[in-house]
Amino acid sequence: METTTLNSNFKSEEYFINMGPQHPATHGVLRLLLTIDGEIIKKVEPDLGYIHRSIEKMCERDSYQQIVHLTDRMDYLSANINNEAVCLTVENALQLEIPDRVKVIRTIIGELTRISSHCLWWGVMGMDVGALTTYFYGFRDRELLNDIFEETCGARLTMNYNVPGGLMFDIHPNFVKRVKDFIAHFKTKLPEYDRLLTDNIIFQKRTKGVGILSKEDAISFGASGPVGRASGYSCDVRKHHPYSALDKVTFNEALKTEGDTFARYSVRIQEMWESLSIVEQLIDNIPEGEHRVTTKAVIKLPKGEFYQKVETARGELGVYIISTGTKSPYRLKFRSPGFSNLSLLNHIAVGGKIGDLVATMATLDLVIPDIDR
Amino acid sequence: MTNQSLQELIGSWSPNLEFNEEGSQYLNVSVPPEELHAIMLNLKQNEQTSLDYLFCLSGVDWGEELGVVYHLESTEFRHSLVVKTQTSDRENPILDSVYDIWATAEFHEREVFDFFGIRFSNHPNLKRLFLTDEWEGFPLRKDYEDNINMIIK
Amino acid sequence: MNSALSITKNIHDWLYEIMPEGVANIVEMVLIALVYLGIFAIAGLFLVLLERRVAAWFQLRIGPNRVGFKGLLQTMADAIKLLSKELTGTEKADKLLYNLAPYFVIISSLMALSVFPFTREFQAFDINIGIFFLIAISSIGVIGILLGGWSSNNKFAMIGAMRSGVQTISYELSIGLSLLTMVIITGSLQLSEIVEVQKSGWLIVQGHIPAVIAFMIYMIAGTAETNRAPFDMVEAESELGAGFHTEYSGMKFAYFFLAEFINMFIIAAIATTVFFGAWLSPFGITESIPVLGVFWFLLKTLILVFLMMWFRWTFPRLRVDQLLTLEWKYLLPINLVNIVIMALLVWHNLTISF
Repeated sequence: METTTLNSNFKSEEYFINMGPQHPATHGVLRLLLTIDGEIIKKVEPDLGYIHRSIEKMCERDSYQQIVHLTDRMDYLSANINNEAVCLTVENALQLEIPDRVKVIRTIIGELTRISSHCLWWGVMGMDVGALTTYFYGFRDRELLNDIFEETCGARLTMNYNVPGGLMFDIHPNFVKRVKDFIAHFKTKLPEYDRLLTDNIIFQKRTKGVGILSKEDAISFGASGPVGRASGYSCDVRKHHPYSALDKVTFNEALKTEGDTFARYSVRIQEMWESLSIVEQLIDNIPEGEHRVTTKAVIKLPKGEFYQKVETARGELGVYIISTGTKSPYRLKFRSPGFSNLSLLNHIAVGGKIGDLVATMATLDLVIPDIDR
Repeated sequence: MTNQSLQELIGSWSPNLEFNEEGSQYLNVSVPPEELHAIMLNLKQNEQTSLDYLFCLSGVDWGEELGVVYHLESTEFRHSLVVKTQTSDRENPILDSVYDIWATAEFHEREVFDFFGIRFSNHPNLKRLFLTDEWEGFPLRKDYEDNINMIIK
Repeated sequence: MNSALSITKNIHDWLYEIMPEGVANIVEMVLIALVYLGIFAIAGLFLVLLERRVAAWFQLRIGPNRVGFKGLLQTMADAIKLLSKELTGTEKADKLLYNLAPYFVIISSLMALSVFPFTREFQAFDINIGIFFLIAISSIGVIGILLGGWSSNNKFAMIGAMRSGVQTISYELSIGLSLLTMVIITGSLQLSEIVEVQKSGWLIVQGHIPAVIAFMIYMIAGTAETNRAPFDMVEAESELGAGFHTEYSGMKFAYFFLAEFINMFIIAAIATTVFFGAWLSPFGITESIPVLGVFWFLLKTLILVFLMMWFRWTFPRLRVDQLLTLEWKYLLPINLVNIVIMALLVWHNLTISF
């Protein structure tokens, strides 16, 4: 049915191809309806909903403690940051005073999550442009981080470490030492990433000048995270609206002006260095104190509207809660970074080759459950 | 710009706007649906407001009315504004699309249409985004019932 | 005399004793064909194993190590599994061409193997246009890929097949011209003659600078010819799923897969024969033991095969237009200039020979 309507709009040489929902480059169950002329992309139309679980509707019946657990099923690669976003919204609404220890630990874990997410992205980026070896290098370093998370909270991917009011447990006694070991290890491995992929001439030819997004378009399409910053659009929530302990650290916002696939790539590589530096600044100064403020068993938010943005590994995640004073939100909306970033795919992929589309999509770093929610 | 001066400036454009700062960290402004597109265009193009970043667009079912909430931010001045609009027609709600002002609205409005059934006039490609075309009803409305898929406590 | 060669001689004599000459000839041919088929089916499987071990080594993994001693039988087990699998296909495929395609690919690669001089007198078919025969045969394989991609009735397979066509036609030029550069020194297309010439120094030494350039172009074009990364446009799993063999399963898929590895062996074997003195030992150290020629030939070939594996597990893939730019704008002009330089060298006797 859909194909017939599309067919009528075809010019003589164009044809239609279905990329996904099962396709190696879409990293999940994203379906792209491509209109192609030979190898050249004429139109990209995403078809979503293959993994939609209606988290927003579920939130309307759940308590605020339960909602936290749903969020790490959205962008599972930055699970901790998603958890933090909901907790921050609830804490701000209740006007809870959060101990400094919690803030610092949340920031450290958040930045480690970002590194872990970027490690995976880097491996997959390499795979998408055909360098299969990168995947294992990325995973080698990510594994160490997962081990740290596992020791801290018992889970490797969907952590659920944050609760409204603080953290579920205090950090493990080994935590500081293992994080320091990781930093020392990763500082020797990040240059290896450059040697293997970034400096490769084929990789540079594949990515430079491809999928260019201008700064105006980036803002208009609501691009955030590395996608926006690669276009010269300063959109780091950690800089503009600092949360947790991010106002206590100094770091540079990774900014590029080219707006092409290579710029998005280098922004993420640079972000890993910045995250390392943030963790380094905090890891020696974790303040003593409580790891959690006790809240009431049933949290009831005051009547009103609450919005909190955080910077996940993919960009700006917004949590918008409308409360009527009951134990569940009246309406909860997640503004997910992947959703906005996906909407600009058609804009930057048209005119490129199939290979360009794959490389461009890799640097948008789409996580489908984050888009579908 | 501070919320105060924003309110004064935007208030001078139309007499039908309602401002509210209670229970929210942003300045809220309610706009009647028929003036929505003009006000929105002004908010983006006016050099003093310059709200060029639509960071969130949410549909809300207020019980009686269906509404849309726009969260706007200026990347130049870093001030924010929340624009709200609502319509009481639940059978055939129609609002103006703002996709020509902020390109990101195209997808967000499709999502709102999918879950709340609000139609956006002038939208280039208004069809279901997440759900299948055959899906009946709009799941995020408060009066939506589905005895099979929904667990109600 | 070494034992292997005397066995073949004994069988030859025995066959001519018991049956008329014509029949004996045919029987002999069939026997040789079966022996080659057996050897290279197994050699192909072990190349697959080698690739998996090399890949594992590059990728910080262990690789297959459970089936048989150190995993030596892993690919055997895989082949048996593939044999027992269901042959699926698309409904509206062009059945005849769809079923024919894998055989085109596998037969053309097995045919090419017949002309290699593995050691003195261990060569099934010493044709006097050896190099020409090799180039001609190795380009038949692409017909199989085109047929397979086209007849599967799948757009991804179709794109893969078209890419394969454009790629093979382009890179064939470079392969042919770089080999032609070397033929200028040898003055013969016959592989045994080419080896004979190299007794006074391997051709890569004799032809020095232009020979090294020709070798580099040959290896690039050869990698492209076998559709391996960084030129695996045809399969490009992140773009096209599996490319032309998306719709193939079981043994038909195995033929494509095996052919890729035998082709890789062929490309390396041609390079060994033309550039590195085939079965000749370095500085003639084992000239008194002719059977070691097989060892030297395989050693050199496997080193080149390893080089191609190294490419595959290190480089990202090119884009299809960059692939064509590389061939038509860079390799081909360099090649043409190179061939003139080589002709001048040979004319003025500037080659190095010992």
